[in-house]
Amino acid sequence: MPKTPARFKGPRLWLWAAGALLVLGFPLLVSDYWVDVMNFCGIYMLLGLSLMLIVGYAGLFNLGHAAFYAVGAYVTAILSTRFGVPSLLLLPAAGLAAGLVGYLIARPIIHLRGDYLCVVTIGFGEIMRIALVNNPWGLTGGVNGIMGIPRPSLGFFAIHTVQQYYYFILIFIVLYVLVLRRLENSRIGRAWTCIREDDTAAEAMGIDTASLKLLAFVVGATGAGIAGNIYAAKMTVIAPGSFNFWESCVMFSIVVLGGTGSIPGVLAAALGMTALPELFRGFLRARMLVFGLAMVLMMIFRPQGLWPGARWRRAPGAPGGGGGPAVAPGAPGGGGGPAVAPGGESGC
Amino acid sequence: MEQLVQQLLNGLTVGSGYALVALGYTMVYGVLKLINFAHGDLFMLGAYLAMTTAVTLLGRGVGSPWVILPAIFLVSMSLTGLTGVLIERTAYRPLRKAGRLAPVVSALGAAIVIQNSVMLVYGADYQVFPERLVPVASWTVAGMSIPLLRVAMLAVSLVLMGILYLFIQKTTLGAAIRATSLDHDTARLMGIDVNRIISLVFLIGPALGATAGIMIGLYYRQVYFTMGWTYGLKAFTAAILGGIGNIPGAMAGGLILGLFETLAAGYISSAWKDAFAFLVLIGILVFRPTGLFGERIAEKL
Repeated sequence: MPKTPARFKGPRLWLWAAGALLVLGFPLLVSDYWVDVMNFCGIYMLLGLSLMLIVGYAGLFNLGHAAFYAVGAYVTAILSTRFGVPSLLLLPAAGLAAGLVGYLIARPIIHLRGDYLCVVTIGFGEIMRIALVNNPWGLTGGVNGIMGIPRPSLGFFAIHTVQQYYYFILIFIVLYVLVLRRLENSRIGRAWTCIREDDTAAEAMGIDTASLKLLAFVVGATGAGIAGNIYAAKMTVIAPGSFNFWESCVMFSIVVLGGTGSIPGVLAAALGMTALPELFRGFLRARMLVFGLAMVLMMIFRPQGLWPGARWRRAPGAPGGGGGPAVAPGAPGGGGGPAVAPGGESGC
Repeated sequence: MEQLVQQLLNGLTVGSGYALVALGYTMVYGVLKLINFAHGDLFMLGAYLAMTTAVTLLGRGVGSPWVILPAIFLVSMSLTGLTGVLIERTAYRPLRKAGRLAPVVSALGAAIVIQNSVMLVYGADYQVFPERLVPVASWTVAGMSIPLLRVAMLAVSLVLMGILYLFIQKTTLGAAIRATSLDHDTARLMGIDVNRIISLVFLIGPALGATAGIMIGLYYRQVYFTMGWTYGLKAFTAAILGGIGNIPGAMAGGLILGLFETLAAGYISSAWKDAFAFLVLIGILVFRPTGLFGERIAEKL
């Protein structure tokens, strides 16, 4: 096993510095168009990160994440257009509302097993979309959605240009990454991993699985709600079409393709999913097809994702460094997502 | 009264379509414990293949419905069934030993591939089925007009379901399918070629789904490439309603869901029709995950 390299030493430090410089300097180097592409990519990164907490850390299949994203966006849109509340101030409200909806949705279904949970979340996502289209109490504006959402501004602080949005979203990405990293190595994070690897064993260890699963759902939903606020304020127009099942599907794929429970993996996958299609404009029609093929091929040839999380790489029997095919021969269930070789999680 | 009877008949017709698609979900779940997310799209593929066959035959000057109807059923069912087998071979079989997440993702990927292949071939617009493939006649019974097509659809579905039921219950192959869904290893010890049985299930399920696709196409006279999702999800609801893995349950579940949905749309609100179906799905999963008729089975650890 290669030793874990000291993170901030020698060439490693230079690499990090160069990366940070590139990220910070990016808007100055390219056209507005590409900055805007990156802004969308950034929103998907936020969504991917928030979903990763649910799918990647706690191992709960959520294919209805767009519902929480929609709650955040619509709460922002309704309160800002009707009551004139600045959209930036609604950021916590959007997060809280999405978290609350996450709690209400997840509370009765949290005990469901993997694929059943997946189906129920699809169902909730669809109900949410139908509700938005049907315009209950004239709140959501039906198919056309809501127009005229104010951009984020507060006193002197106002965001107008794509470059400003870039840095605005970047702040949130950094924030999400920090929160996730802190959570990952906390008692809660380790308990989530334990639940993901083996629900029953986790329960036997005295972990309150139901509450912790619920917590993962609520925190993840809150994250999506905040992303919804940013999206609504950025677009100034929202419609139910932006929160359909395919959006949930894209978010889910970002998490899975990136590697279960891996922050850099999710960021890389979000970049790949949004920026690559822009590079091949003519190829846009076949984009989803390629994407579906990639999902199948990934599961067969590289089930651990593009950039597997640290806990994957540490699993005994798996070749170190995550370079080669990481399916340990003879390890039961070694091929698939949450089922690493039993005993692979020393943190339990 | 007349409205109620019409609604009931409509519900049964819609429900029989759900039931045919639900059978595919339930059979695959039975043998593989996998939700075949691509199944709804196979149903859609069946409808498109039927449309292409009909258009081609009409273009060649074949006008008799007695030639066209058997031809579209034959072509669509066999090609859709083969696609189902192909998907199992390529997307599911390599993952049989993998965890639970991998097959789900692979199934979603397969669904996206089918849907977008159809979109690339036929375009993203609604496609219209040719006219006058089936006679637009209706019977008048007790002052009510009952469309012949609706009755025919119901009859065809019930006959197909009856044949499937007899096949599963009375033949050796049917017994092999039942044995495989109970336990792969034991079935293998009994000399059953489990892989062939799984292939067989992936042939029968999508072929039945294709018949539903054909009939929906003939009835509504239009198909679109995303129809598989909503329809598939509802058929899945039907399968859950009857207890997933339970074949007669799926048939009953489809009919019940069709009736419920039509009545809810007719008497409460048609805009929320789809939401009702999903509420049923969630309600069943939360309160009675083994379905209306399923027995309680211990959770596999």
